[in-house]
Amino acid sequence: MTTAENDPSPPLSAPERETLECVVRNMIPASAEYGVPGADDPRILADILQSIDRDREALGKALRAIDGSADRRLANLPEPEQARRLAAFRVASPDLAAVIESVTARCYYRDDRVMASIGMEVRPPFPHGYEVEQGDWSLLEPVRARGRIYRDAG
Amino acid sequence: MNEPVDVIIIGAGASGAAVAWSLAETRMRIVCLEQGDWPRSSDFPSTGRDWEARTLEDYAISPNRRGLPADYPVNDDDSPIKIANYNGVGGGTVFYAAHFPRLHPSDFRVRSLDGVADDWPVDYRTLEPFYGLNDKMMGVSGLAGDPAYPQKEPVMPAIPMGRTGEKLGAAMNGLGWHWWPSDAAILTEEYEGRAPCINLGQCGSGCAQGAKASTDVTYWPEAIRSRIELRTRCRVSRIETNDANMATGVHYFGGDGREVFQPAEIVIMACNGIGTPRILLNSTSGRFPNGLANSSGLVGKNLMLHPYAQIRGHFDEPLDGYRGPPICIWSMEFYETDPERDFVRGYSYQFSRGLGPVRTAINGMADGLLPWGEGHHAAFRRLFDRSAGMVSVCEDLPEETNRVTLDPNLKDADGIPAPKITYRISGNTQKMLDHSVARGIEILEAAGAHDITARAPLPYAGWHLMGTARMGMDPERSVVNEWGRSHDVKNLFIVDGSVFVTSGGVNPTSTIQAVALYVADQIKSRIYELFD
Repeated sequence: MTTAENDPSPPLSAPERETLECVVRNMIPASAEYGVPGADDPRILADILQSIDRDREALGKALRAIDGSADRRLANLPEPEQARRLAAFRVASPDLAAVIESVTARCYYRDDRVMASIGMEVRPPFPHGYEVEQGDWSLLEPVRARGRIYRDAG
Repeated sequence: MNEPVDVIIIGAGASGAAVAWSLAETRMRIVCLEQGDWPRSSDFPSTGRDWEARTLEDYAISPNRRGLPADYPVNDDDSPIKIANYNGVGGGTVFYAAHFPRLHPSDFRVRSLDGVADDWPVDYRTLEPFYGLNDKMMGVSGLAGDPAYPQKEPVMPAIPMGRTGEKLGAAMNGLGWHWWPSDAAILTEEYEGRAPCINLGQCGSGCAQGAKASTDVTYWPEAIRSRIELRTRCRVSRIETNDANMATGVHYFGGDGREVFQPAEIVIMACNGIGTPRILLNSTSGRFPNGLANSSGLVGKNLMLHPYAQIRGHFDEPLDGYRGPPICIWSMEFYETDPERDFVRGYSYQFSRGLGPVRTAINGMADGLLPWGEGHHAAFRRLFDRSAGMVSVCEDLPEETNRVTLDPNLKDADGIPAPKITYRISGNTQKMLDHSVARGIEILEAAGAHDITARAPLPYAGWHLMGTARMGMDPERSVVNEWGRSHDVKNLFIVDGSVFVTSGGVNPTSTIQAVALYVADQIKSRIYELFD
């Protein structure tokens, strides 16, 4: 059972932050083609670090699993080797990988630049809301024509 | 000790609000105790840029994940389906999708028709006027003429089916299968001072518009105008009884952490299928050593959760995306028992629109559709705004081994023992889940979807909490009688989903509220012989 702690979570240590930055850069790199920053963009990374509250413990476990021994930390590896290690981590520990994916996506996809790039208005849903088409109600004619399908049991 | 009152209602959610409103006309002194607070629409996630993230944080559906002061922990380690709830005025209606189907007539005659479980002691016709009354109080939209139900009249026009409903409805027509616009407790026009839906798409984390019918904006304002007293931040620990085996009141912890006793002539429990057995099992005494109202031994047993399967696909063209009430249409094609299938009873489908960008990314990575690194951005744009799908709501038959007990170690912030869930998916239900996944894939393929994914059971979907204080005529086989009164304690009533005898295969809120209104009506009509 997971029970969230009410006490403030301790911040990530400097080595943990460095590893996380490396992971999120590998996960969502910047793209000139789509005009978006990577998840390691300073503004987005700061948002991630401020938002990990309920996932602090699991995130720390994930980062420790990625780093392994101190002399072979992820950030110290050449880029191709980083990608290989992360691919192996995702296969070996999908639940922990999901924690990092979640904390990253929650912040990356609310960044102004990213929202604009994927065609969203840069605003919350309320108070303006959205338009949704009514749809073609005549599509229900075959359903009506088929008639009653429930059992009458009183 | 507080001043005595006539009626104590425990819980201000779907059923507590309905029973309070109905009993207000008696002019009895009625107090409702609610462990949480009033929700504030200005705090709801859809008012901020972090609207999706907060549904995984302070507005998460799991009380264990939220961990807020109003929440109590639930040990659900021994269940593949994790418990969801909201603790505050409105209860689960603050977080529900407001998909509002009724049970079907056959759901009340399961033993007679299909030879399994038990019949309810009430039937659809008995509850029908209370369904109708509840529809008016909540403000239910829909389209008349659904051939899967006896005739019923929606209060206002249906929510938009949108591109998603059109796409999936056309596929259902091609397969010759039933579908229909959902009844939804969501306003499509102004009603009783409430504004209509503006398609925020965030029904599941509180409706900032107030268009969704949570009871904090429907029943409660009416009930409070009728002099019902609602006390928030009051967590009931146990019910007290006397030598005559009658309830004398309740002990509760106020917001200051002090425990006080509230005397009452009648106690009504409306705490959902986990909160109610928790309090009853915590109310042991020399007279009731196994928990209150538990001479049958069935308090906490027969827990039903409605296992869900989720099937989703992606399309070449944009659909509704994250806009609009998430559920648009339903299907009852596989609801009734069919001897040709390898399971009894059945399930409904609720068809859903797309996801916001955060959920698209999280699900996409989990499902292997969205890679890390190069290719992430292009793949995201193929998924976002282009997904649709369905969940099946599978009927869960009652089994005594599925149960709520008290955790020997885990306690809430007031030191009250927490509930522990022991739950397994039965063989019958598993076959139902498998069937619904296979048919769901057929539907999505017929609609032209690609990259189809399925999850069964959906783990974080334990919304529907039923059966743990079942209703019945036989005191040895049920906890409350056919009008909600405890067999053992004649001034104790239960009106929440605990009293369900079977679960049906649809969302239970409209039935929970119809039962609550029915029990209130019985209390009023039997007031001079209530304790006989």
